[in-house]
Amino acid sequence: MLTRQRSALLLPLIGFLLVFFVAPLVWLLSLAIREAEVPRALPRTLAVLQSWQPGQDLPANLFPGFAQDLTEARAASTLADAARRLNYEVNGVRSTLMRAAREVSSAPADTAFTQAFFATVDPALASPEFFAAVQRANGPFSTYYLLAAFDLARNAKGEIELATEANRIYIDVLLRTLGISASVTVLCLLLGFPVAMLLTQVTEKTADWLMILVLLPFWTSLLVRTAAWVVVLQKEGMVNSLLMHLGLISEPLTLIYNRTGVLIAMTHVLLPFMILPLYSVLKGIPPHYMRAAASLGARPVTAFFRVYLPMAAPAIVAGSLMVFILAMGYYITPALVGGGSDQMLSYFVATYTTDTGNWGLASALGLMMLATTVGLYAVAHKVSGGRALSMG
Amino acid sequence: MKPWRLLYWSLCAGVLVFLLAPIAAIIPLSFSSGSFLTYPLPGLSLRWYEEVLGGGKWLTALGNSLYVGAVATFASVILGTLASLGLMRHKAWWSEALKLVVLSPMIVPVILIAVASYFFLAPLSLTSTYSGLIIAHTVIAVPFVVVPVLTALEILDPNLARAAAACGATPGVGFLRVTLPGIMPAMASGALFAFAASFDDVVIALLIAGPDQRTLPREMFSGLRDSMTPALTAVATIMIVFSTTLFLLMQVLQRRARKNSQIAR
Repeated sequence: MLTRQRSALLLPLIGFLLVFFVAPLVWLLSLAIREAEVPRALPRTLAVLQSWQPGQDLPANLFPGFAQDLTEARAASTLADAARRLNYEVNGVRSTLMRAAREVSSAPADTAFTQAFFATVDPALASPEFFAAVQRANGPFSTYYLLAAFDLARNAKGEIELATEANRIYIDVLLRTLGISASVTVLCLLLGFPVAMLLTQVTEKTADWLMILVLLPFWTSLLVRTAAWVVVLQKEGMVNSLLMHLGLISEPLTLIYNRTGVLIAMTHVLLPFMILPLYSVLKGIPPHYMRAAASLGARPVTAFFRVYLPMAAPAIVAGSLMVFILAMGYYITPALVGGGSDQMLSYFVATYTTDTGNWGLASALGLMMLATTVGLYAVAHKVSGGRALSMG
Repeated sequence: MKPWRLLYWSLCAGVLVFLLAPIAAIIPLSFSSGSFLTYPLPGLSLRWYEEVLGGGKWLTALGNSLYVGAVATFASVILGTLASLGLMRHKAWWSEALKLVVLSPMIVPVILIAVASYFFLAPLSLTSTYSGLIIAHTVIAVPFVVVPVLTALEILDPNLARAAAACGATPGVGFLRVTLPGIMPAMASGALFAFAASFDDVVIALLIAGPDQRTLPREMFSGLRDSMTPALTAVATIMIVFSTTLFLLMQVLQRRARKNSQIAR
């Protein structure tokens, strides 16, 4: 077959992925920098605000246009989205805006829509702070969501500063996500390394059997394994009854619906992802290197740290990065065995997509997650010599 | 035996117990006659299996999982195998770039794929449909086909196809009679991985599936959110049996592939 003809076989999959994977992902991430709600709902207001600088008095010709915008946006049902967007920056303005739109629509035909009119509806609607927020949301692009994802915001003068206390949660979430992922990675390495080493020291037949024992949980559904941990770790569960029976504890420990449960369950799920790449490298280390070290007078511990470990280092780095990357994206396990303060980035991405509908923030947090993942992946790819994607 | 060696062995044994014991512990509970999830069991019965298999949401969910998994696997194998044929033995920058595109659903966190698909499929009225769920599952499953099939194609001796052509086989016949049998084990193991990816998914199902498309993991997720019941342990046991069967099939396939490659040498 000619090479060019053969390349055409790529088209169906590339086409499929461009439509159903790449385009949706790019669109999702573009929401992090796009600003569409306010320009759609308040075009006249924004046009007048173009020549206004925060700090100056509000121009008098602003308010009739603002009133007309409110009436039309209410009729076209674009006001609710804009009100929600502005509410992120000016707390409480959402219901005020909706109320103002109602009052403007029902006002007598000869009403003059002035600053004073809006001040009687609510002082916030006549304030420079509110219109500064409107101006910042003039689109088509803004850094609002990206800044919010790092707990930052612009003040009325447009300078970047720390967000208000109530909005300052995402750095915490990011650090928590990184912290949980790092703890799980360390646990997987500590538990996985001895097993991977053992696999290289036994006969091939035994190694085959041990491998099956490692791979069996790997193939078991994530939900089944989570259910199993719920049963084992609950208050009347096996771990607690065993420890009480042995007299080690007198009261049942809280092992689940907290950080402990998340770490145990995630380590269980991700351990095979550490053992497999470790094993594939460790089995290539010739055993006579250790014997040579011993014959030169090195104690086993010295030989391990000076000879074995340096040769295993690339596998340790690659396996750890792999586990870390996978852990970063976890959603199901923390949602089922964690408490409220154990939820990771994914949880907030999902919640802002479905429950509260803050798509811009969902997108910005997703961008943060994707950037970290891709960056670490590039490192893993380099360290493992391009084999980071191969499967056990 | 030296004490540190004993420590090392018991550590390894401990890790294996950690990996397997929780899964093993859930199985006997499903045969309990009582409704508490604790040992010792009050007695044995199959009442939870009767409840699960007697109809209702669990059977529907199992049917949904099998249906979505089978169609997504079929689509992944076709798309993935064709793409692998197009990608093999190219070293140009564009083929490396396309390979990255094809494999990237493995790297991107699944929650982002789920959210992106949700936004994209909603305006097309494809959320809460089987088609939408199958499309999204095909996206996450297809790299699992490309990786093994591409590897198999690259180690397949190119002289075999040339020999077929020299013997007068048209490219089509040469492909069907020479190349396809050579990559069949890889396609089969890719299909198993792809099916497992779809069968195990809950994140995409959470966002895309409607009440009629609830898959088994999605139904288990609600169950676990709600309260852990013995019926859930029966479902879990059925899933353990299912995944173990898949796993053993995989082992057989891989052993056969290994034997084949030894013969080829």
